[in-house]
Amino acid sequence: FSLWSGSIWRGKLTLLCDAKTDGSFLVHHFLSFYLKANCKVCFVALIQSFSHYNIVGQKLGVSLTTARERGQLVFLEGLKSSVDVFFRSQEEPHPLQFLREANTGNLQPLFEFVREALKPGDNAEAAWRCPVLLVDDLSVLLSLGVGAVAVLDFIHYCRATVCCELKGNIVTLVHDSGDAEDEENDVLLNGLSHQSHLILRAEGLATGFCRDVHGQLRILWRRPSQLTAQRDRSLTYQYKIQDKSVSFFAKGMSPAVL
Amino acid sequence: MPRPFHPEGAGQLSVTPSESVRRGAERELEMLESLLALGGLVLLRDSVEWEGRSLLKALIKKSAAWLVYHDLFRDPLNWSKTGEALPEGPLGALRAMCRRTNPGPVTIALDSLSWLLLHLPCTTLCQTLHALSHQDSCPGNSTPVEPVHVLGLLHEELHGPGPVGALSSLAQAEVTLSGAMGQASAHILYRRPRQRPTHQTQWFSILPDFSLDLQRGPPLELQRHADPHTPPVDPTTQLTFNLHLSKEEKEAKDSLTLPFQFSSEKQQALLRPGPSQATSRIFYEPDAYDDLDQEDPDDDLDV
Repeated sequence: FSLWSGSIWRGKLTLLCDAKTDGSFLVHHFLSFYLKANCKVCFVALIQSFSHYNIVGQKLGVSLTTARERGQLVFLEGLKSSVDVFFRSQEEPHPLQFLREANTGNLQPLFEFVREALKPGDNAEAAWRCPVLLVDDLSVLLSLGVGAVAVLDFIHYCRATVCCELKGNIVTLVHDSGDAEDEENDVLLNGLSHQSHLILRAEGLATGFCRDVHGQLRILWRRPSQLTAQRDRSLTYQYKIQDKSVSFFAKGMSPAVL
Repeated sequence: MPRPFHPEGAGQLSVTPSESVRRGAERELEMLESLLALGGLVLLRDSVEWEGRSLLKALIKKSAAWLVYHDLFRDPLNWSKTGEALPEGPLGALRAMCRRTNPGPVTIALDSLSWLLLHLPCTTLCQTLHALSHQDSCPGNSTPVEPVHVLGLLHEELHGPGPVGALSSLAQAEVTLSGAMGQASAHILYRRPRQRPTHQTQWFSILPDFSLDLQRGPPLELQRHADPHTPPVDPTTQLTFNLHLSKEEKEAKDSLTLPFQFSSEKQQALLRPGPSQATSRIFYEPDAYDDLDQEDPDDDLDV
């Protein structure tokens, strides 16, 4: 995990994925991590309200309100601004414009919003380190009627701008429907997996719910680089979510069972 | 000028000064030669776990002395509307390549076919690929043209069996990537014209400078697992209790008949109750206070 704090980890797409469990703890972790690392963060938060992320962030040691006020955090609160779409005139572009269109075309307005938020400013706010785009989450866009290919195109353009041009990072969460046979979601998940450099997959334990081990985290490095030897491509840890942190341990080595 | 490439391997391989002659170079060239010798489409099928882009880059590096990079990554759908993007997008670019005038050998690498499949109808893509790889049969072209090699990267999980099957039938060679124990392997299927399809499995790894390092066989641990001479570990050796039976105990155990097991002897015994059978009987002697009333044996009816 110290891998991400180095300056070599830039221009990468990290895919968070959860199957039969809730992987949002990873989103909170990355949000607080990048804010503490003094990066400029654009957070497209479609699932929860700002205060929810703020409360969890405070437990992890960051204040989202402060970060937003001083311009480090650009926060798109999906729940609130989705209502604004309908009370605006149609000419004004809105990031969530697709909610209003009958045939959901593409997510270009959302991409324009992200690009505008993360473009380097001309004044001395170059104090921020690399820009970061965080999306929570992409699966909900499918539920809102956007096609999987449109979401993949959105991430493609974000990668071109945020990762390649601005040398920043993208972290996004997608749910794995598992047996539910959601074809669109599978195309989205697989398409994103192929575009990612690192995949973190939180899974529930195969044997069911457990009080002391909340789940299992699989780490897969997709693009071999100088950082990873061929053997270290894939790792598995088990974890337990606590109030202010998450503790990780090797499989079967939970302190509760030893 | 693209480097001359003689597919029959008649010894006319020109080696540029930057390459050093290595021992493995022969076998490496053999695999690549056979992949690139056939004009037409070479399909690289990869998956999330075993990615194929590194192999594609290795093949590009080997086959081309002169690389032209068409940047369709930055703005494939013309969202920026600056006029920099190619009109008609990637399909237009591909179609433009169909009308080439240079007779030299050309290798076209597509990263990725999956992107094209998701954005274009399958039929359009197949027609364009067919036109691309069969340019030597262009009418009105008197000089014989060197075959075009097309390398396409396809992500298997993204598409249904229909489109994948269609592209696979267009391909002269298919390389499916998989692996074990952190070592990648390529399963190559050659479809040479007028010959039976042939298979080959090659274990390999890609070095940081995108050169191919071919391995002779599967990784060591995999071979060891297949070794029948290693004795399995006996779990009963280090216990605090005894799991073994002595000879007498074994005999007693084997000769024990289970009470509810219906053997033929038991069946015979039940069908013919002989005098040797000790059946149980109840002997009851009523004393003075017993009043055996058949209609009320428990004496609790309030009649």
